[in-house]
Amino acid sequence: MNKVLNSREFKRIITRMAAEILEKNISCKDFAIIGVQKTGVYLAQRLIKEIKKQDDINIWSGSINISLYRDDYDQRVAKTIAPSQIDFDINGKTIVLVDDVLYTGRTIRGALDAIFDLGRPERVQLAVLIDREQRELPFSADYVGKVIPVSKREEIDVHWKEDGEEDAVYIKKITK
Amino acid sequence: MGLISKNLIDLKSTPKSDINLIIDTAFTQKEILSRSVKKVPILKGKSVCTMFIENSTRTKNSFETACKILGADVIGFSKTGSSINKGESYKDTLLTLEAMGVDLFIIRHFASGSSDFAAKTVKSKIVNAGDGMHAHPTQALLDMMTLIEHRGSIEGMTVLILGDVYHSRVARSNIWGLNKLGAKVRICAPMTLLPAEINSFPCEVYTDLREAVKGVDAINILRIQLERMNAGYFSSIYEYNRFYGIDTDIFKSVPKDTLILHPGPINRGVEISSAIADGPNSVIVNQVTNGLAIRMAILYLMLQGENR
Repeated sequence: MNKVLNSREFKRIITRMAAEILEKNISCKDFAIIGVQKTGVYLAQRLIKEIKKQDDINIWSGSINISLYRDDYDQRVAKTIAPSQIDFDINGKTIVLVDDVLYTGRTIRGALDAIFDLGRPERVQLAVLIDREQRELPFSADYVGKVIPVSKREEIDVHWKEDGEEDAVYIKKITK
Repeated sequence: MGLISKNLIDLKSTPKSDINLIIDTAFTQKEILSRSVKKVPILKGKSVCTMFIENSTRTKNSFETACKILGADVIGFSKTGSSINKGESYKDTLLTLEAMGVDLFIIRHFASGSSDFAAKTVKSKIVNAGDGMHAHPTQALLDMMTLIEHRGSIEGMTVLILGDVYHSRVARSNIWGLNKLGAKVRICAPMTLLPAEINSFPCEVYTDLREAVKGVDAINILRIQLERMNAGYFSSIYEYNRFYGIDTDIFKSVPKDTLILHPGPINRGVEISSAIADGPNSVIVNQVTNGLAIRMAILYLMLQGENR
């Protein structure tokens, strides 16, 4: 296991991403940040906290569960995770969708479908901590913490304080 | 990670981990029911047959609604109007429908063991929606989900199942399910409405309601099946109501925050008074909504990863 980001770098990245999101959306009146369950929600909550530290802006906060929108339902048994929680009207909002790792783009496809089932947002932007490339669908992120191109035989492993670990990002060989 | 069981026949044979997974998943899927557009595409292209050889309103509609919310195609089958009336056997009916590409059967049948028979007959998956006096696992699961929703956990709860235990598949499924999740189960009924094999069930048996309600956390009131009232199980509806009906009078001896459940349809003034059925302790309406969520979760979990 090879550590590619330590907790200090992790913190810097979140501060910088928060500033970028704020800069682009500062004049936006109806603004929401939605994390993808489950680790995307950790990042979303950290970004919201950091943005509010930097400026007094109203942000709607939510989370989205994509298990009913995944495209590998027939191929894979997935874990049950926390439900979507969006306690505001999606219609007309600017939404920053947040996930920890952007890889094939399939999760984002599911997340967009899930969001559009709830309403019609004004626009959707994408923020990810790690872009590991190797996309299978035409998506790119608006805010990227760090690009780490790894092969399909490797895995990006993000550790979170919220799970009782030290914030860090590792590259792992897939052993099968 | 997924279900261990292929079919859902009864809770006695369902592992505790499967029961917990179904209830946890139901809580996450319940969110869909609060949306203005209640539809997700996850079961697109899956074919589900609701095969109801015995009458039902809520279970059949609940399952069919769950199928539609998750995007599955539903074949609604009922005895009237089918070839069963021309003498086609249960087995041949199953095989015919399986040949039409049914991925999952939801079966309600008057004969105990009919779901198990179906599981041995067809390759499609089977969900038991009530077989004779044997089991009604989805009802017990939604009852348990409702208890968890209000109390956080079933572990350590004391739950009283009251009424016609003898004829009740709901009671049997609840006894096994509640026991697996760590509840203390009591049953209370007149001697004539207790099954002969009651001592083999993991529960305490009462015939005196005033004793049975002491210190309970929840009472699950079974329906008195009025069609059986002339079969000599008790002398009159009035007498049953006096001794076993839950009303404001007996409620004086019940702990204040006791939850009141009933699988429906309720007979007001027989096993439960209107004041209690519509009162603050009643979670009967929540049970119906949770039933939808439980059935969605079961369909979702049982049909996932089929082409691994």
